[in-house]
Amino acid sequence: MPGEVITMAHGGGGTRMLDLLERTVFPALGEEVLLGAEDAAVLPAPEGRLAVTTDSFVVRPLFFSGGDIGKLAVCGTVNDLAMVGARPLYLTLGLIIEEGLEIRTLERVLASVAATAAEAGVRVVAGDTKVVERGKADGLYVNTSGVGVIPEGVDVSISGARPGDVLLLNGFIGDHGVAVLAEREEYSFSVDLSSDCAPLAGLVADMLSAGEVHSMRDPTRGGLAAALKEMSAASGWALEVEEESVPVREQVRGVCELLGLDPLYVANEGKLVAVVPQRDVEAVLEAMRSHPLGADSTAIGRVIEGKKGRVELITALGSHRLLRMPSGEQLPRIC
Amino acid sequence: MKYLDEFRDPGTLRALVAKIAGLPGSVTLMEVCGTHTMAISKAGLRQVLSPGVELVSGPGCPVCVTAVADIDRAVALAHMPGVMLATFGDMMKVPGTSGSLAGAAARGAQVRVVYSPLEALVLARENPGLDVVLLGVGFETTAPAVAATVRKAYAEGLCNFYALSLHKLVPPALRALAGLPGFHVDGFILPGHVSVVIGGEAYRFLVDEFSIPCVITGFEAADVLQAIYRLKSMKKSGPALENEYSRAVRPEGNPRALSVMWEVFEPADAEWRGLGSIPGSGLALKERYRDLDAGSWEVSRPEPGGLGGCRCGDILCGRIRPVECPLFGVSCTPDSPVGPCMVSTEGTCAAYYLYEREEP
Repeated sequence: MPGEVITMAHGGGGTRMLDLLERTVFPALGEEVLLGAEDAAVLPAPEGRLAVTTDSFVVRPLFFSGGDIGKLAVCGTVNDLAMVGARPLYLTLGLIIEEGLEIRTLERVLASVAATAAEAGVRVVAGDTKVVERGKADGLYVNTSGVGVIPEGVDVSISGARPGDVLLLNGFIGDHGVAVLAEREEYSFSVDLSSDCAPLAGLVADMLSAGEVHSMRDPTRGGLAAALKEMSAASGWALEVEEESVPVREQVRGVCELLGLDPLYVANEGKLVAVVPQRDVEAVLEAMRSHPLGADSTAIGRVIEGKKGRVELITALGSHRLLRMPSGEQLPRIC
Repeated sequence: MKYLDEFRDPGTLRALVAKIAGLPGSVTLMEVCGTHTMAISKAGLRQVLSPGVELVSGPGCPVCVTAVADIDRAVALAHMPGVMLATFGDMMKVPGTSGSLAGAAARGAQVRVVYSPLEALVLARENPGLDVVLLGVGFETTAPAVAATVRKAYAEGLCNFYALSLHKLVPPALRALAGLPGFHVDGFILPGHVSVVIGGEAYRFLVDEFSIPCVITGFEAADVLQAIYRLKSMKKSGPALENEYSRAVRPEGNPRALSVMWEVFEPADAEWRGLGSIPGSGLALKERYRDLDAGSWEVSRPEPGGLGGCRCGDILCGRIRPVECPLFGVSCTPDSPVGPCMVSTEGTCAAYYLYEREEP
């Protein structure tokens, strides 16, 4: 349907909407349960504990180097499930579309949702579509909710860190935030950099079979700093991180210098920090490095005796400084 | 960007720290520029240099030294019907007597954050029904770009573009500071990027008239440490003006940048937070560009208030350190700032709060 755009009628619940679903949405997602057109997906209940999460996606622009809003929406929710050790099973997909969005754009996003869901081994089993007037949304907003099952014997929690545990990170930080910024027209710089956006459930499954993992967090908004602060606050123990050991690409560092940003606070979409007991560090790190999404995995620090919420960074000079929760948005400097 | 790492190599840094510690005595040095303040706090230099070197911050954060009355004027302009105010992001959250630009935007004023002054021209072209006012804040680093923008708007005959110049010049402020009764430092760490524009010789008077050692340097930890080493050495060898940033700074500065700046602007008296009115320390639009000057517009603004006990003025003159302000970290935080030094990404209080404050 080249050139055709979404109109208010596509969200009206009538024939145009059915048409959109049957011609565009269902074929892209290829999920039988959706074709049943029930009010709710009816699915077999898995054994064990369930993990449930939801997330909304409002990224601008919709397409960026290394990803798009569809891929992001699947990864975001799949990764949140993976961070409690769950194997993702089902997703729901809510679309809030701005009138005037090209149907081809929607098709590209849906194809990306389907491909990423297949990669993550998760099924999109329910959805909703709304259309709002032109100017009331930035093209497309997406919400996904996810359900996963936590395998027997797995106990991963944001509060799981214990003194002596080691902090592992699966690669370079800041790629996503900088790649998306670079696509925005208000910044006139270009970088040879892709978002790290990726579903981490497979990596996490490998890690969990290699050894014990006490705690995990995906450092998305607020970056690595916020993730570490949250783990410290929830566990009640302090963390210590060596600044030099945190992998940051030169391009990311350069752009951050230019805009007055700190890579530690820039968003990632395919990274995780894992807290692993000392005895299992070697095995888990080995498993991480054997996975394509963990080739650059490394230890960045440890859990120490100390005050709840305290995250210390050891600088190249050997001085210590405390990491803060990010405050508001990071603004670029002017002089 | 590969060159950045050479200035962060732990071995190089530790060797410089040891060299500084090896020099006898102790010194108090002022880093004039906010970018230096941030670099010092972030690298944790104070920890490793104590007790032989004390570092105090100076009036080198353009957002911080902007007077309350000028912020009130900008907020009042933003509230005027038919006006769109274009500003650098750092100014958004700076508190005025009755709120900030961010507060004005939240209440419906048209405020746009720009990253380059030229974007304000685009805004003016795209919004012919609005008067677009570019808020010019910054030192000699920013003023040439704003000047070039004003010149372009004038040449194009764009009739809905205006500028409010709150620009300030670094050397007159240093002269005022050095002349303050009781002011004493053993040396100035001077900003590389300002010096790229104005040239190293612009600071000569600090050595000749005030006998204060001066080193111009860059913004990496190694740059700052090298400057500190040179300044501490001058305790023995006597005051001099040195340029450790010769990879970018020439004695005469950048003639092209200076020429566009002086084509559009002329020196004017300016009000500095903390230092008061300093003759010839600001930049006003020249007669030819007066029609583009939003500084002459009648606005109704409140009587400038005192920002409830805020001591940013004392901090900007190096009189106190942030921890000596009773508001610091208590009622004044980055989330709810009382004064500008806590807001700006180059503010001294923000640097201490972010990197050097123990958590309660």
